[in-house]
Amino acid sequence: MAALSKTQRRKRRLGIVGDVYAILIYTVLYIPVAVMMVFSFNDQKYNFYWNGFTTEWYGKLLENDALIGSLWYSLIIAVLATVISVVIGTLGALGLKRYEFKGKRFINSMLYVPIIVPEIVLAVALLIIFMNIGLSLGLGSILVGHCTFCIPYAVVTIKGRISGDGYELEEASMDLGANRIQTFLRVTLPSMVPGIMSAAFLSFTLSIDDVVMSNMLSGARNSTLPVLILSMNRTGVTPDVNALTTIMILVIVAAMLLSNGVKALLRRREKAAAR
Amino acid sequence: MAESIVSLINVEKRFGSNLVVRKMNMEIQEGEFLTLLGPSGCGKTTTLRMIAGFEDATSGIIKVQGERVESKEPYQRDVNTVFQNYSLFPHMTVFDNVAYGLTIKKVPKDEIQRRVTEMLALVQLAGFEKRKPDALSGGQKQRVAIARALINNPKVLLLDEPLGALDLKLRKQMQIELKRLQKKLGITFVYVTHDQEEALTMSDRIAVMNGGVIEQLDVPMEIYDHPKTRFVAGFIGESNIFDGTVKAVEGDLLRVETPSGMLTTRGKGFQVGEEMHVSVRPEHLEYGLAPAEGFDLPAILKDFTYMGTVVKTALDLRDGMEVKFSRFEQDYGLREGDQLFLRWDPEKSVAIKKSAT
Amino acid sequence: MSRQRLKNGASELQAINRRRDIHRKTIPALAQAGPVSVWMVLFVTIPMLYIIYVSFMSRGVFGDVVYEFSLESYQTLLDSTYFKVIVKSLQVALFTTVACLLLGYPFAYYIARKPPEVASRLIMLIMIPFWTNSLMRLNSWLLLFQTSGPVNTFLQWAGITSEPITFIYTDPLVMLGLVTNMLPFAVLPLYSTIEKLQNSLLEASSDLGANPRQTFFRITLPLTFPGIFSAVILVFIPSLGIYTVSDMLGGGKVLYIGNIIKNQFGAIRNWPLGAALSVLLLVITGLLIFVYTRFAKLEDMEVV
Repeated sequence: MAALSKTQRRKRRLGIVGDVYAILIYTVLYIPVAVMMVFSFNDQKYNFYWNGFTTEWYGKLLENDALIGSLWYSLIIAVLATVISVVIGTLGALGLKRYEFKGKRFINSMLYVPIIVPEIVLAVALLIIFMNIGLSLGLGSILVGHCTFCIPYAVVTIKGRISGDGYELEEASMDLGANRIQTFLRVTLPSMVPGIMSAAFLSFTLSIDDVVMSNMLSGARNSTLPVLILSMNRTGVTPDVNALTTIMILVIVAAMLLSNGVKALLRRREKAAAR
Repeated sequence: MAESIVSLINVEKRFGSNLVVRKMNMEIQEGEFLTLLGPSGCGKTTTLRMIAGFEDATSGIIKVQGERVESKEPYQRDVNTVFQNYSLFPHMTVFDNVAYGLTIKKVPKDEIQRRVTEMLALVQLAGFEKRKPDALSGGQKQRVAIARALINNPKVLLLDEPLGALDLKLRKQMQIELKRLQKKLGITFVYVTHDQEEALTMSDRIAVMNGGVIEQLDVPMEIYDHPKTRFVAGFIGESNIFDGTVKAVEGDLLRVETPSGMLTTRGKGFQVGEEMHVSVRPEHLEYGLAPAEGFDLPAILKDFTYMGTVVKTALDLRDGMEVKFSRFEQDYGLREGDQLFLRWDPEKSVAIKKSAT
Repeated sequence: MSRQRLKNGASELQAINRRRDIHRKTIPALAQAGPVSVWMVLFVTIPMLYIIYVSFMSRGVFGDVVYEFSLESYQTLLDSTYFKVIVKSLQVALFTTVACLLLGYPFAYYIARKPPEVASRLIMLIMIPFWTNSLMRLNSWLLLFQTSGPVNTFLQWAGITSEPITFIYTDPLVMLGLVTNMLPFAVLPLYSTIEKLQNSLLEASSDLGANPRQTFFRITLPLTFPGIFSAVILVFIPSLGIYTVSDMLGGGKVLYIGNIIKNQFGAIRNWPLGAALSVLLLVITGLLIFVYTRFAKLEDMEVV
């Protein structure tokens, strides 16, 4: 084999340095996840030190009413927030993309407020308003809070995926005899599905992981899972919480892989059909 | 005279303060291939979109098959469009795209199957049913777009620069195919393009548009040989246009004075003192070493461009006007910078009235 | 007579056009842009204006808001205790931002130079940890660094220290938490600008005689500046307001602006002060965004 030139050797060395660096960064990103999973098997009531392996927390999980209750609460809020945000976000993305109206620029910049301004500011601002109009805190107030930051993300995500100026496909559809409603259902909506899906995923993950909004806007009675974890912090988070969050991330990743797998399969089928 | 299938009567379109189409009147005959030709911004696409129903006319009447359609939605009109950028539905297969119009009309499944298969065979895309638009070439997308429109048996097919995105070779091929298809099906085609060659080769009639106005509506040969306005003369093919004033009328012959010198052309209905234009095609220009009778157009030879068998030549006239010239007889042994005198057969030049605008 | 009819025809057409405009544009525009506009005005514009209003009110004896104009809250901010917290928060946010940029840029560059399929997998690999509950990820650092945790055990076993070191509830651990939490928000915008950078530009630069270092500073860095600024905004502003990291890893001993604001609406109950601190965060955010919009469009910021 021919000897490598000096530049080739330098490039190769740089490549190795890059690989090592990337692995290091990934390690740092994954350490917390790994530790969380490992300590879900810790045979101890509180996670102060490692005391041997057990799987009992996965079983005892269901007995922890507060934990399961907060999980349900979080899930209900996340699902509702996702549905509301995706519906309003889909319509909003279309409306803001296509129509010119007074105040459109204003609404567009308002959308960036929840995305950029620290969440605590929006949370206390909403809290003051709710207190002043005498709204009792609870599921409703948390839901409004979550939607307020999920909607902008949904609008931005979906708007970015609307192809072209947005009208051509609709014109083609109407030209071929479909009225406005048929056109919306058969052409507009289906062509937006990828954007809607990622908006839904994003809204759900934002909502289910949210601490600040939920913490500021929840009433005394129920708390979401993250709020519960935050309150456990003083006494130490128990291993059954580790078990629960381990199951949750595994479910999310599995769902993600599944949907990617299905997408890849469909694409392959299409290619096969094309051949 | 055949029944006109589309009529535009005094149609105007205004976008804000911008008058895009002015007082347009046009009768489109059943079964003809009519082209709206003009530079970008001349209002041709807007005219097409008003017929399709995507734009409302600001004023005027549009009739399809004798029926007024201004208050009809695009989906209520018996016309279909082939869009410039194809506008195929990305989430549907070729089959579903073509079947779309029939599906909306709730045509029975087996009939859809049969008609789509037929239509795809007609545009030579049999076997592509299950592909998505992403997996098609530009030419194939174009065929799908045409099939998708034609399957609805429209009274009129509107085509908005359908070949604009294709490369030259494919465009030529598709021009022939489109023309063949139109003859075979006998459907009226209203075709929008800015490509004059395309217009001349495909159309039964051409409407040359400029600034929202139809400058001339006629068969291709008339448009080419007898342009009615200065714009048409300049837009269709290469042309040398002289602006001048009639000095004398001698039967059919006009003596015209221009800044470049005296010239002679054939023309009827002109009066002495009238301002007008004279258009001469490069292939009709002749020259000699001395002024010919009725001409006084000295010119300086500027440069040659050899293009295969044709030699293109540019000549500078007295007033600095540049004329194009496509024949050059070598025997004079002329070089750049030499002086010569232009002339032509007055029968071959066109006298054009000065337009009101 | 006929002119009159023509005139009638014209106004009739105008009426048709107007009616159709309502059907085609007004109704769909209202139905589509309406809900989002109403939501944004009700739950963003009004609360934001109201919090600014409250920040200029005074605090009652029982922690209630007394609606009388006062600059008291803003004066309190200048008190040494609060002022120190503000300065420290700014320092920590700045540190986090710089650390994320320095760590994130080479990482984003590394990913962007990979073939597209590999790059998208690598990006996915960054996202996955962030679908894990964020508090539990922070809790993991606590578990690792606690007095009897693995890190101290290892340090003692290796003989580096005889007594366990107190890592938890200290600023450095909070900063570690912040940096690891914020890193993706720097990497993603950086990645997308570096990825758009055309290889031919780098080749042209080296063809014109620039060495790799010169190419980096003269071509790569200036062209990826929008991504860098997006990263600054997406890391600095949240770091400034976040309180969960300092709550989890600081154990109530490490206080930043976010914690102070939260406390004003909890036990301490001083809404005008909390509002004034929020307004401070708004002003800092506004300034940064103002600078950003001088040379880039807000819409182009990669926020997702």
